[in-house]
Amino acid sequence: MTGKQLKQSLVFNIFRLISLSVVAILFVILGFIVTRGIKVVNWEFLTSMPKDQMTHGGIYPAIIGTLCLIAGSMVFAFPIGVMSAIYMNEYLKESFLKKFIRTMTNNLAGIPSIVFGLFGMALFVNTMKFGDSIIAGSLTLGLMALPVIIRTTEEALKSVDDSLRIGSYALGATRLQTIRRVVLPVAFPNILTGLILSIGRVSGETAPILFTVAAYFLPKLPSSIFDSVMALPYHLYVLTTSGTNVTESRPMAYGTAFVLIMIVLILNLLANLVRRIAGKKTKMN
Amino acid sequence: MNPLKRFIEKITRGVLFTSSMVTSVTVLLVVLFLFKEGIGLFNQNSVEKHLVIAVNSENPVSAISSTDVKSIFNQDITNWKQVGGKDLEILPRSIDELAAQFTEEQLGEGFKNLSSLIETYILETPGVIASIPDSYLKNDFKGKLIPLKKISLKEFLTGTEWIPTAHPAAVFGAWPLILGTLWVSLGAILLALPIGLITAIYMSEVAGQRFRNILKPVIELLSGIPSVVYGFFGLVVLVPLIQKLFKLGVGETALAGSIVLAIMSLPTIITIAEDALRTTPRALKEASLALGASHWQTLVRVIIPYAKSGIIAAVILGIGRAVGETMAVLMVTGNASVIPHTFLEPVRTIPATIAAELGEAPFGGTHFKALFALGIILFIMTFVFNTLVETVKTKKI
Amino acid sequence: MPEYKVEVKNLDLFYGDFQALKKINFTAEPNTVSAFIGPSGCGKSTLLRMFNRMNDLIDGVRFTGEIYIDGKDVFAKSVDVDGLRKSVGMVFQKPNPFPKTIFENVAYGLRVNGVNDKHFIEKQVIEAIKKAALWDEVKDKLKKSAMELSGGQQQRLCIARTLAVEPALILMDEPASALDPISTGKIEDLIFELKNQYTIIIVTHNLQQAGRISDYTAFFYLGELVEWNKTKIIFTNPSDIRTQNYITGRFG
Repeated sequence: MTGKQLKQSLVFNIFRLISLSVVAILFVILGFIVTRGIKVVNWEFLTSMPKDQMTHGGIYPAIIGTLCLIAGSMVFAFPIGVMSAIYMNEYLKESFLKKFIRTMTNNLAGIPSIVFGLFGMALFVNTMKFGDSIIAGSLTLGLMALPVIIRTTEEALKSVDDSLRIGSYALGATRLQTIRRVVLPVAFPNILTGLILSIGRVSGETAPILFTVAAYFLPKLPSSIFDSVMALPYHLYVLTTSGTNVTESRPMAYGTAFVLIMIVLILNLLANLVRRIAGKKTKMN
Repeated sequence: MNPLKRFIEKITRGVLFTSSMVTSVTVLLVVLFLFKEGIGLFNQNSVEKHLVIAVNSENPVSAISSTDVKSIFNQDITNWKQVGGKDLEILPRSIDELAAQFTEEQLGEGFKNLSSLIETYILETPGVIASIPDSYLKNDFKGKLIPLKKISLKEFLTGTEWIPTAHPAAVFGAWPLILGTLWVSLGAILLALPIGLITAIYMSEVAGQRFRNILKPVIELLSGIPSVVYGFFGLVVLVPLIQKLFKLGVGETALAGSIVLAIMSLPTIITIAEDALRTTPRALKEASLALGASHWQTLVRVIIPYAKSGIIAAVILGIGRAVGETMAVLMVTGNASVIPHTFLEPVRTIPATIAAELGEAPFGGTHFKALFALGIILFIMTFVFNTLVETVKTKKI
Repeated sequence: MPEYKVEVKNLDLFYGDFQALKKINFTAEPNTVSAFIGPSGCGKSTLLRMFNRMNDLIDGVRFTGEIYIDGKDVFAKSVDVDGLRKSVGMVFQKPNPFPKTIFENVAYGLRVNGVNDKHFIEKQVIEAIKKAALWDEVKDKLKKSAMELSGGQQQRLCIARTLAVEPALILMDEPASALDPISTGKIEDLIFELKNQYTIIIVTHNLQQAGRISDYTAFFYLGELVEWNKTKIIFTNPSDIRTQNYITGRFG
């Protein structure tokens, strides 16, 4: 080997080590939380109310609360996001309007989560008088997830081959028919991936729900969308930093962190699965 | 096309257009609400509601800033000379201290004499400054009420203390929080940048397909882990470790925040830098190799320069993310609102301040507005970063 | 200046399951121009990229057989691949100058091969640009970006870049296919000049071009080297019917 190559292989080996350290970081975090959390999590933990100042019992209301927020935010953000992406990709040509919408969407994506919290509180909680409620929290989270949904849907629509559209127009189909019968079915799996990923994001966000919905301790289930709820990420924060007995509730915190991590893992697996199935489908064409 | 079809197409188009405007409208509303609440801060002083500040009627001082009031009651300012008055010692008195000077008999039933006693006391004591609830102020009060200066933008941005609970006047100096945010974020980027860039380079240029197949999902997962979980991990693992390693009293430090943020911004940096590196045309790489350049030389001399603007974008976006990150930082940095001097001290960032205090700030009050004003600073910071990214990206070599 | 003889012995090459080259045997004598012709996908470019081991960069390539350049086994374990690539120049289909100045483009190969002597670099660069018949057009703008040159100029710059590191064998992969007729003429004249000093192998899909500039022609079809001989013979009296069909334009 020449000196040049020796240097290169040395450098590349160092690079490999550093890249591996990124993998190691993930496994350390996952390993740490999973090994401790798995001891706590059982059926009872998942399905019972917290008790004894949150040092025992379970996280049932927080799980239900997070599910409510996921459902609430997606019901509103998913259709709007998809429609917005359809409009941008299928209707608008490169123009000022398109550039404007894209810039604004990027800006929305760049707004820090705590600012969403401030905004949600000012608009939904105070001005619209929803109070701390599922609807206020869902709207805030939904607006936050919107850019992700728009971006992934746009990518999905772009990956649909133009010849399909042209073929459909050539048969006399209208634009709407073409979108509904040709474009959307082909793009669907990738749109679904976007939905799954944004669910992952929504389920873990804390800052936007701090002042719009999240309850510190509320051992009952919500009865309407105007109730506030507990939520998993906020519950973890409370258990870790501001519970009445932080040391005693540590096992509960591990359990909650474990559940949060599992949600992320499962959603990621699901997204990859959908992606793989979608990949196979397009190959067959 | 028949009329019904055309009608449906038109309606659809309208609905789609409306949807596509939601993001823009949201951005505008965010700006509107932030400013509506935040700007209000500069329209008032920070003395607690229903409190008035009274002095002896001979006192020549005509107005005083909230910060000075706080300093006076903290006894950091002890002479009227320091705030533009006569050379006279200041005697700060709160309502409790005033009441304690009189016997129960003097005060009478239900403190009915307190307001006149206060008036007399103030009229007789040249150096006094008193903070009194307006309910204990006599209707024909003969002392002098000092108007408080409004909080100025300069005072807010450059003030070195953030004490929203100070009595009788809160102090809102955002400077330590701005510095805290920048320190933690820059620390994070210094840690994450080398690791992130090297990983991106390794992934896109050196690693085989197998290693890439491992790294891709790892990075996706890293970016999917919620920020509270990072904060939790930081709090139970990193913080004690830092405390032990550096033999500190508390482990909640800027360093802890920077490390957690560094891990959190790795996925952003790696993904964007990798995309940028991939844009280098294969033809350029091959031309370099065909001239006898090693892979490493090709990387340094051709691929990285070509991807420069994308790499810069990755760095800026990484900082932007770090600046806005809330929960993880809130949990590990200790949240002391002091101007940081080393990475081994607790610091407090803007997002952490908002998250920690908004719940306790009375709706519509000065503190509430001050937190929205912090939100404006944060929004402007991230807006600047985003705009920078856009300009860097569009500027091709 | 070394004069390289190139020999290929029993070369088989696979992309995954697909056999791209089948039992290739071929020799190029020093100071000659050999042209590889054949329809797209026949393996001619793949073979060309074997000479400087550019196929190393592609995943899933397997091969058996040997290639000798100047009597040395290209695939021997002891071979310094970067050194090999330095002594075997390559010009690509599309001009691919680096986004650097004209001067730096030509100096690049010297710099990455450890040359630091400023005067030597300058001398080499000027000489190479002159040899590539580009000097008159760029002598006043050596510090300008190479991206400002026309396509034909860029391609000659790429040739100059290759010449600057003093290779003995030059590989050209359809060097004129992206250029206009006038630029193509210039490149062809240049190749004619260069063959006095170098061994040149050129892949082309332009039969007239092969006829004009090459001494030997090899016809490839579906991964097979159907026949190779003096260009004059291939074009006037090919021995294989497939070659005849191709050069008379019956397929391809």
